[in-house]
Amino acid sequence: MLEVMDIHKTYDGQPLLAGVSFTVTPGETVCLLGPSGSGKSTLLRIIAGLEEAESGRVLWNGEDITDRPPHQRRMGMVFQDYALFPHLTVAENVAFGLRMQGWSPQDRRARVQEVLELVHLTGFEARRVTDLSGGEQQRVALARALAPRPHVLMLDEPLGALDRALREELLEELRRILRASDVAAIYVTHDQEEASAIADRILILHRGKIVRNGRPFEVWNDPGSLWVARFLGVGNILFGKYHPGSGSPLLKTALGEFPLACPHRHPEGEQIGAILRPSAVEEHPGGKIHSRVTDVLFQQEHFRVSLENGLYAFLPRAPRIGERVSLRLKAPLECLGGVTEL
Amino acid sequence: MVEPLKRKGRAVSLLALPATLFLAVFFTLPLARILLYGLDGRLLLQPETWGRIGRALGFTVHQATLSTLLTLVVGLPLAFLFARYRFPGKSLWRAFLAVPFMLPTVIVAAGFNAFLGDRGWLNLTLTRWLGLEAPPVRFTGTLGAILVAHVFYNTTLIVRLLAHALEHLDPHLEQAARVLGADGGRVLRHVTLPLLRPSLLAAVALVFLFDFTSFGVILLLGGPTFATLEVEIYIQGMHLLNLPLAALLSVVQSLCTAALSFLYSRLLPRIVTPFSLRPAAANIRSPRHWGERLFLTAMLLLLVLLFLAPMASVPFRSLVRLEAARGERGEVRYGLTADYYRELFLNRRSSLFYVPPLAAARNSLLYALATVLLSMALGVPAAVALARRGQVARALDAFFMLPLGASAVTLGLGFLMVFRHAVTSPWLVPLAHTLIALPLVIRTLQPALSSIPPRLREAARVLGASPWRAWWAVEWPILWRASLAAATFAFTVSLGEFGATLLLARPEYPTLPVAIYRFLSQPGGLNYGQAMAMTTILMTFTTGGILLIERLRPPATGEF
Amino acid sequence: MRKILIPLLLGLLVLTACGPRPPATLTVMTHDSFAASEEVIKAFEQENNVKVTFLASGDTGTALNKAILSKDAPLADVFYGVDNTFLSRALEAGIFEPYQSPLLKDIPQEFQLDPEFRALPVDYGDVCINYDKTYFAQHNLPIPQRLEDLTRPEYRGLLVVENPATSSPGLAFLLATIARFGDPDYLNFWRDLRENGVVVVNDWETAYYTNFSGSSGKGPQPMVVSYGSSPPAEVIFAELPLEEAPTASLVGPGMCFRQIEFVGVLKGTKNRDLAHKFVDFMLDVHFQEDMPLQMFVFPVNPKAKLPEAFVKYAQIPEQPARLDPVLIAAHREKWIQAWTETVLR
Repeated sequence: MLEVMDIHKTYDGQPLLAGVSFTVTPGETVCLLGPSGSGKSTLLRIIAGLEEAESGRVLWNGEDITDRPPHQRRMGMVFQDYALFPHLTVAENVAFGLRMQGWSPQDRRARVQEVLELVHLTGFEARRVTDLSGGEQQRVALARALAPRPHVLMLDEPLGALDRALREELLEELRRILRASDVAAIYVTHDQEEASAIADRILILHRGKIVRNGRPFEVWNDPGSLWVARFLGVGNILFGKYHPGSGSPLLKTALGEFPLACPHRHPEGEQIGAILRPSAVEEHPGGKIHSRVTDVLFQQEHFRVSLENGLYAFLPRAPRIGERVSLRLKAPLECLGGVTEL
Repeated sequence: MVEPLKRKGRAVSLLALPATLFLAVFFTLPLARILLYGLDGRLLLQPETWGRIGRALGFTVHQATLSTLLTLVVGLPLAFLFARYRFPGKSLWRAFLAVPFMLPTVIVAAGFNAFLGDRGWLNLTLTRWLGLEAPPVRFTGTLGAILVAHVFYNTTLIVRLLAHALEHLDPHLEQAARVLGADGGRVLRHVTLPLLRPSLLAAVALVFLFDFTSFGVILLLGGPTFATLEVEIYIQGMHLLNLPLAALLSVVQSLCTAALSFLYSRLLPRIVTPFSLRPAAANIRSPRHWGERLFLTAMLLLLVLLFLAPMASVPFRSLVRLEAARGERGEVRYGLTADYYRELFLNRRSSLFYVPPLAAARNSLLYALATVLLSMALGVPAAVALARRGQVARALDAFFMLPLGASAVTLGLGFLMVFRHAVTSPWLVPLAHTLIALPLVIRTLQPALSSIPPRLREAARVLGASPWRAWWAVEWPILWRASLAAATFAFTVSLGEFGATLLLARPEYPTLPVAIYRFLSQPGGLNYGQAMAMTTILMTFTTGGILLIERLRPPATGEF
Repeated sequence: MRKILIPLLLGLLVLTACGPRPPATLTVMTHDSFAASEEVIKAFEQENNVKVTFLASGDTGTALNKAILSKDAPLADVFYGVDNTFLSRALEAGIFEPYQSPLLKDIPQEFQLDPEFRALPVDYGDVCINYDKTYFAQHNLPIPQRLEDLTRPEYRGLLVVENPATSSPGLAFLLATIARFGDPDYLNFWRDLRENGVVVVNDWETAYYTNFSGSSGKGPQPMVVSYGSSPPAEVIFAELPLEEAPTASLVGPGMCFRQIEFVGVLKGTKNRDLAHKFVDFMLDVHFQEDMPLQMFVFPVNPKAKLPEAFVKYAQIPEQPARLDPVLIAAHREKWIQAWTETVLR
């Protein structure tokens, strides 16, 4: 098990990582999600030993490896630009780590065969890496990282340079490969869709700290903070005063009063934020929300309709721009917490 | 649609015509003349002829190999230093390292002699302090002196070519290797060095080429014991008047240098377009732990000892009196003096051939200006033609590189034979200088021209710019910097050229290096001091020129 | 009006005086060591209404080389500076045309090496070993009397010579040893000399000013191959007046080699008369007396008076080594090559 404990790192005088801790167990894929510049890549490089943290420890199976140079850590890493050795063939690239660990030529050949099969590149052994397509290069990079059976496999935005169709295809294959290799994997991305597609667990990094740690659906359903909700784009955020109400609590906003689902009670009149999911509304003549349509966007299953009052909703039909619509809530707003905590 | 394009290509190739003709007349012709002279049947049949050629060739290869290896040993870590670390005065050091390359051999020899020679300050000081009879440090006249001077000259080539490649190497490649279990040494062996191989080979070929044709260093620092092909050509041609043998030696040398130039030209395109270019900044950082700081300190020490000390010896000796002014006996007043500079402006002797140093400076300046005009007029169109890669361009590319490895003595002899009616013409000097500057001018301009993406031009055209406006808006801003750099290059080369000038310059119109040479061969501390003072002035100009080139050179272009 | 007229008339007078005959130009090709007093040359120019241009064309070998290479279209009218070690080469190449100067009658036969009068002797100098008197006195060393003495152990490492392939005194000294020991025995002498630590440098300047202990350079070797005129030069150039020369020459029989320098009229000259006049001028007393202090050579014309320092400090060997220029021309290259193999490799 990989344990990362209380990592601190400043960059150009600014705190970049301010006490990051988490664990990854073998067979588990953890996704580090955060906007660019949040220190995700730096965290990976600290785990790999390519950079030094100012404080904090990295442990593998309880053993402290913080001060070990990268070549003695047995980590696997896939870079965004693949970083394949251009002077070596596919097989030589994949065998590089095995050679460094002193595998015998026969074992090396066998293992290279095995991993190339895993990434569906059998027969590519003698090819020059510079002649491969982007997707093929990505698979070679993955095979190279997996070949020496690393303790932890780290992938730094591995699909960032690929086009959408290829990305989806590779994402699926990555899941298969990660499952098959039963390795502890850390996957860095800024794309939350990619994260939910591949992760067993998502860690969201913000201002040098992990602000949310959970399984993809848990995080999506309960972002836990205003920032995470916004970053994930879970829906409209409404602010208003908390009102305990009679049966269920209410939120008094500029757009009106709406029922609210809150895990705990708040003092009356407290300023709080809540999520209004765009799929949680429907058109209804008696709806409380009235506004003019400013934009309509076709999104396969529904239309994304933007309104003059700043909200957006997923509707089954496409209203004309400028048309007035009335909406009502299908479910209560989801409470995010008091504004002071946000 | 294909036809007009083809015709346009041919029109562009025509731009290389003036330079090609120039080289044909002023390079190929004199060389061919010499070569024909060397095809003397009787000489070719004598076994001892081949024994002598074999010996000279043997020593030439021997010293060039040793020098190149040593230069590599010094240059490689320095290349890492410049490519990987940030340290104070870096750009100055980098420019400074290029200064020797531009300095005439007389000056380099003078610099080393002023530092380590029998009358150098080290020996003079040690002799005085320790009360010795003979100078304790033996430098002049040893193979070591030749090797050290060659390292001094050519390290900049290794550093430039390799640092350029290193700076733009994807740092992830080395990191990937480290994560995969390679320690520092294995990363170097299995990843970094193999990736540098094309640059390394090109640098080695170039250094070997310059070491191979080395002349002044061997003659002035090596003493009579050592004779390379070039020195043998000089002795046979100029002293023993054995022109057929000199010509035959020239043939052998020309074949070798042509092969080396060809090899270099073949290797160069692989460096100019490396696999993945990165902005240099990604790889550069300050030294972090003690090991890196130690490396940095050791390298700076090396720079000071091997490069700064011999060069600083020149201004030092130009300001400090260590010897009697006119070789008079008795006590010498040691100490600081500005006499040597003051003396430059006085006309002491009323001798017939005495040329005041100021006149020499003026001659140098005029020759350099003529060289700039001529080499730019020929080089700019040639570079435009070469920038469009093609079969013809590639062949021409190697052809234009040839003068870089040509022997000054052979060329001088060829000039004398072909243009004997014009031996007294003052134009011979700038013509010869242009020959040497042209490859460098083209080498500076061509990568800049190739680096202009055609899309940019197309974008300008689509946005409504006329061809002329498009050229003005897109190409000119990139071109003028490169042109200024190339012109400065030509200027500096002409300012420092010595070998060909010595053979071709009229005695009444000596250049600065020739005047320095004359002062050096006259007795007494005053002449020596004046030589040092003039050298200091020349070095200041050269350093300034190189700093200017560094500023103007477009980033991320190949070197030389 | 008058104020203007008189200068105008004067000007016209001057113009008519010089106008019709602009001075001709005579070009003299020579080596870089050539020197002469300006007033001596001016006198010749005024007397003959000619402008003399000197074309210094490198060291002795280079200058001659240029003259030979350009013989189809000569660059000059007169060539001065070929010596007896290269004389045959110049004569073979046929760069000179004969001119029997009337002044030759005054000049001793021993200097007149070309019976066809293509090359005329101008000056001579003896290449001898110079030694540092102080060093020999301090170390109580006997002065070597013969060339053979130089191979004795007490002179180990004390002699610096020039490379005969690149230096004309070096070649002259080699010829002296050949004249003394004969071919191929001179090589044995040199082999012994090499074993006795002889130092070889490329040029005279280095040998004299860097390696020789008797010069201002205060180098490590107290004996150097130089000229018989070097001791007077030491006195003349001394800033503080010297009573005695600090150095002297070894002038024992066969120890020195006499270099004679020649002048000749280049074939194809367009100023034959002037060229003849200039050759005469060089052989005449005025120029001959100017030479010693300019170039540190001795005049061939016995009528020329030597400067005092020369009379006092220069030693002229009574029996310098002699070799026939034809013999030198035939073997020079072979000898130098064999020497190089023996001493340098």
